[in-house]
Amino acid sequence: MADKSFFIDTTKCTACRGCQVACKQWNKLPATKTYNWGSFQNPADLSFSTFKLVRFREVDSGGKVKWYFFPDQCRHCLEPPCKDTAEGFVDGAVIQDESTGAVIYTGKTRMLSSSNFEEVRESCPYNIPRQDPGTGLVSKCTMCFDRVGNGLLPACVKACPTGSMNFGNRGDMLDMANKKVAALKKKGYKKAQLLDADSIRVIFLVVDDPSIYHKFSVAQNDVGISRKLALRKLFRPATGLITGVAKL
Amino acid sequence: MTNHWIDIGNSDCILVMGSNAAENHPISMKWVGKAMENGATLLSVDPRFTRTSAKADFYTALRSGTDIAFLGGMINYIISNNLYNKEYMAYYTNASFILGKKFGFKDGLFSGYNKKTKSYDKSYWAFENDKEGIPKRDHSLKNSRCVFQQLKKHFSRYNLKKVSAITGTPRADLEKVYKTYAASGKKGKAATIMYAMGWTQHTVGVQNIRTMAMIQLLLGNMGVAGGGVNALRGESNVQGSTDHCLLWHIWPGYLKTPRSSNTSLDAYNKKWTPKTNDPLSANWWGNYAKYSVSFLKSMFGENATPVNGFGYDWMPKVDDGKAYSWLDLFDAMYRGEFTGFFAWGQNPACSGANANKNREAFTKLDWMVNVNLFENETGSFWRGPGMDPKKIKTEVFFLPCAASVEKEGSITNSGRWSQWRYKAADPPGDALPDGEIMVMLMDKIRKLYRVEGGAFPEPILNLKWDYTTKGKFDSHKVAKEINGYFLADVTLKGKMYKAGTLVPSFGSLQADGTTSSGNWLYCQSYTEKGNMAARRGTEDKSGIGLYSEWSWCWPVNRRIIYNRASVDRKGQPWDKEHPVIRFAGKVENGKYVSKKWVGDVPDGGWYPMMNPDGTLRKDTKHPFIMKPYGHAHMFGPGRADGPFPEHYEPLECPIEKNLMSGQFINPTIKEFGTAADTRATCDPRYPIVATTYRVTEHWQTGVMTRWQPWLLETQPQSFCEMSHELAKLKGVKNGDKVTVESARGKVEAVAMVTVRFKPFKIAGTTIHQVGLPWCFGWVTPKDGGDSSNLLTPSIGDPNTKIPETKAFMVNVRKA
Repeated sequence: MADKSFFIDTTKCTACRGCQVACKQWNKLPATKTYNWGSFQNPADLSFSTFKLVRFREVDSGGKVKWYFFPDQCRHCLEPPCKDTAEGFVDGAVIQDESTGAVIYTGKTRMLSSSNFEEVRESCPYNIPRQDPGTGLVSKCTMCFDRVGNGLLPACVKACPTGSMNFGNRGDMLDMANKKVAALKKKGYKKAQLLDADSIRVIFLVVDDPSIYHKFSVAQNDVGISRKLALRKLFRPATGLITGVAKL
Repeated sequence: MTNHWIDIGNSDCILVMGSNAAENHPISMKWVGKAMENGATLLSVDPRFTRTSAKADFYTALRSGTDIAFLGGMINYIISNNLYNKEYMAYYTNASFILGKKFGFKDGLFSGYNKKTKSYDKSYWAFENDKEGIPKRDHSLKNSRCVFQQLKKHFSRYNLKKVSAITGTPRADLEKVYKTYAASGKKGKAATIMYAMGWTQHTVGVQNIRTMAMIQLLLGNMGVAGGGVNALRGESNVQGSTDHCLLWHIWPGYLKTPRSSNTSLDAYNKKWTPKTNDPLSANWWGNYAKYSVSFLKSMFGENATPVNGFGYDWMPKVDDGKAYSWLDLFDAMYRGEFTGFFAWGQNPACSGANANKNREAFTKLDWMVNVNLFENETGSFWRGPGMDPKKIKTEVFFLPCAASVEKEGSITNSGRWSQWRYKAADPPGDALPDGEIMVMLMDKIRKLYRVEGGAFPEPILNLKWDYTTKGKFDSHKVAKEINGYFLADVTLKGKMYKAGTLVPSFGSLQADGTTSSGNWLYCQSYTEKGNMAARRGTEDKSGIGLYSEWSWCWPVNRRIIYNRASVDRKGQPWDKEHPVIRFAGKVENGKYVSKKWVGDVPDGGWYPMMNPDGTLRKDTKHPFIMKPYGHAHMFGPGRADGPFPEHYEPLECPIEKNLMSGQFINPTIKEFGTAADTRATCDPRYPIVATTYRVTEHWQTGVMTRWQPWLLETQPQSFCEMSHELAKLKGVKNGDKVTVESARGKVEAVAMVTVRFKPFKIAGTTIHQVGLPWCFGWVTPKDGGDSSNLLTPSIGDPNTKIPETKAFMVNVRKA
C-alpha cells in the first residue's frame, strides 16, 4: 500500500535551509556557482543538482511586512502527470514506488530528447523536473526512497529543527495537517489552508494566498495533462504500478 | 542563560530583541514554536525585519543603539500602570533599600562623576545602613529615597513621546509591546527574553541587559519557568569558555584575576570576599577563599603549600585600573607593545571590530601562530588587500587542529549544560586536538625552562602538569581536575572522604589546601559516581522539561538559577502550572517543622521566609544568594556607568543631541586615540546608521563555512540590506554592487533592496539604516567580499570592553 506523505508546515519554517543542504548531502549533489542576486533565495531556482529549494518571498501589504518561506520540492502526485507524459516517450523513465508512492525518475530519462523533456516538465503542475544538459538525465526529489525503505526519515525531514518538515503514513500526515489548519483558523488565520492535499503527497500548509508564496505553490491550470497527453493516455496499455526501482 | 533552551517552551510571552534567534540559533525556534502552540506570544524587535520577525505575532523596529530608551519606556509603562509583582519586588529585590543622601542624578550624570578620569566614585551610590550595618529598607516602597521611588522618578522621563522620538518606533507599537510583555507581571505568568550580540555590542551593552533584568525583576520573571534573562551564546561552547576563564579579568568560576595591589593570598581573598551583616543573607561569595585556594591547589598541586600562599605569587597579576581586553590587546599590538601572538581558533582579521586596525597590528609582530582548521584572513594577512609581503617581517606558523567531532571532551551550552561528546573520527593529516597541541607546547617550554632557566621559572616549573595518558592528552584527566580532589583524608559532617577521591560538590571545598578544584562551579561534574556530563537520562520528573539526569548543569545541576524567587515567601510557586520548586515540609500549628523542597535543586535548601500562618522565620535566607545582601539588584551600584541604566547615543550616531539629557554619549567610555581609531558622528559624509550581523548559513567569520560549497551556494557573497526608499535616494537597484564606507574603512557588497528595512523618523527627521553580515573574507571565495568589521569602531563598553559593532555610521554608494 503506497501511503507515505510529507506535511510541510510553512508557519514553522524559519528558512534555515537545513533541508536544502541535507538534501544535497544525502543525494551527493554538487553545489552550483551562485551569486547574490538581491535575495536570500539561492540557488535562484531548482536545478538538476538542486531537488529542494527554500523560496523566499517578501511582501509589504499596507505597511505590514510578511516574509514567506516555501521549501519547494516534488509533490509526488498520487497520479503523476509527468509519469504519464514520460511513458509516452520512454517506458520506465518515470516509475512510482509501490511501498511509498514515491515518483522516481530512472536512468532511462536519459533517453528523453530535450523536446520530450520539455513536455514532461510542462506536464508537471508544479514545475519541478530539471534536465542535466550534459548527460540528458532528468532529476528531482526522490522522497529519499533509499532512506525511507530502510526505516529512516527523508534527509530534509531529519534535518528540520523546527518541525516544519514532517513525514509519515499519509493518514497521519493528513490528520496532523488538518488539526494544524483548525488551530490556526481558531487563532485568526482565516486563510490557513492545505495546498492540493487530495492529489499530492507533499502537503503544504500556508496562511495566505498561495500564489504569494510561489507561482507554482498549487497546481497551475495551464500545465498538467495536455490534450496530446490525454489522447495518448486513452490508447496506452495498462501497466499499473511498477514495484522495482531502477538505479538512477 | 539563567534558564535553558527547553524552558523557553514554558513561556507565555517571548521577546526576541538584540538577537535573531531564527537565523543565529535555529534550534531555539523549536522551543519558541512549542510555546506558541501553547498560546504564547512572540514579539520581535529589531531594526530589520528578520527571519525571526517572520515568525513573530508582532514585529516593530527601532534604530540601532536605542534599546535603553525602548526598554526604559517599558519600565515607565509597568510602573505607571501598576503592572509589577509588588511582593516579589519588595522582598526579593533591593527596591526597598534606602539610598544614601549622596546619591543623585542630574542631566544624564549620576553623582560622583569625575570629568578628568571619566569615571564615577561609587561611594556616592551607597545605601543607608542601620546600626547593625544592614541597609535600611521600606517594604511599603513609599520612602522617597528608596530604590523603587528613585527608579520610578528616573524612568518617568522615558515617556512614549520621547522614546518614540529617540528610537523611531511608532508610539502605538511601543504600547503594544509594553502591554503584551507586561502582562507577565500577573502572578503565574512568565515572559522571557532571548538576546545576544545585538544588545551586548554597544557602548551601553551591559546597561542594555541590566534594563531588561530590571524589567524581569519588576514583573517577577526571574527564577521562574518560562522566564529569566537568556543570553543566546554565539558559539556552542562560549558558555564553557567563559566559565573556564577565557576572559582576562577572571579566574575559572568567575573568581577575580589578582590585581597588583593584592600583594598576598590573604590580601587577595580579603579584597574579593564580600561581607554582609545581615544574618538572613547567605552571601555565597563568603566562601571565596575555599574556591580560590582549591583552584591554586589545582594549578600547582603539591608545590602549593600554606607557607608559599599556595603559589599565589606565581599567578599573573594585572595592574590596578588597567584593562587587558580584546580591544586593549589589539591596541597594544598596534602600538608594538608585544611581538608574539597565538591566534587560536579565531580570525581577528575579520571578527574583530575595526579590522583594518587588527590587520595593521599584525605587521608589528615578530611571529604569529595560527591554530585553525583552515587557512584564514588572519594567518594570511601578509598577502591580504593593501599589504606588501616584502615589507612585512612577521613570521607566521600554521598549526592545523582537530574539529569538534574529532576529539573528546565537554561543551557547555547556553543553558549551562555541560555535555560530554565523543570522538567520531580521527583528525586528518597532521591536525591535532587543541589539548594535544597545548601539552606538546608546554612540555617543550617546561624543558627549556628546566635546562636554560629564565626570568621567572617558578610558575612554569611548579605547575601541576599531568593531563596525559600514555603520552597523549587525556580530556578525562582535565575534567576530573576541574571537578577537584580531596588531597587529604577529610571528614565532613561525620563522613570521611579519602585522599585522592573526587570531591562530591563545592559545598565540600576547603580553604586549607585539603581540596583541589580547577573550577568550583563545576565541582560535582565528575565525581566518584562518574562523569556527570556524560549522563543521558531521558526522564523528565519535573514536568517542565528540566531533564535533570541529562548531562549536568552548573551550579550543582540547578537547571533554573535564582529558583527560590519562583516561590512566594511561604515557599509556594507563583505559577502552579509550571512549578520549578515547591516547599513540601511538614506543617504543625501553622508552622513548617521539617525541611523538604521538591522540584529543581533549590538555590540553597533553607526554610522559606515565612510559615504558612504568615509568621516570619529566622532560619531562612533571602533568595538571591550570590548578592551580599541576598536581594537582586534593581539598583546596581557595581557598574562603571551608573546604578540605573540611562540612554546615551552610540559613539557614532545620526543626531546631534541626546534627547534624554545633555550628556551625549556614555560618559565613562574611553577611546584609544590611535590613527586607526577615527570616528565620525553627525557627519554629513556618513549619514546612514549601520549594523552588522550573522547569517544562518555561515559560522562566525565563515572560516569553517566559506570552504563548504553547499553553504557557500546558499549565501555566496556579502550583501548590504537597505530600504527601497534609501535605494531610490542613492540610485541603487536590487542586486547592484555598492560600496559601504565608514570613517575607518570600506567594503563592497551586493545591494539587497528590501521592504524589511524602513526609514526611521528620529526627532522629526528621516534616518536610514543599513545592515551587513561579517562572515565574509578575502581569502575565499574570491568574489565574496570582505568582513563588515572593516567598518566598525574599536570602542568598548566601559564595563566589559565589548566593541560597539552594532551601531555606527556609514555612507552607501553605487560601486
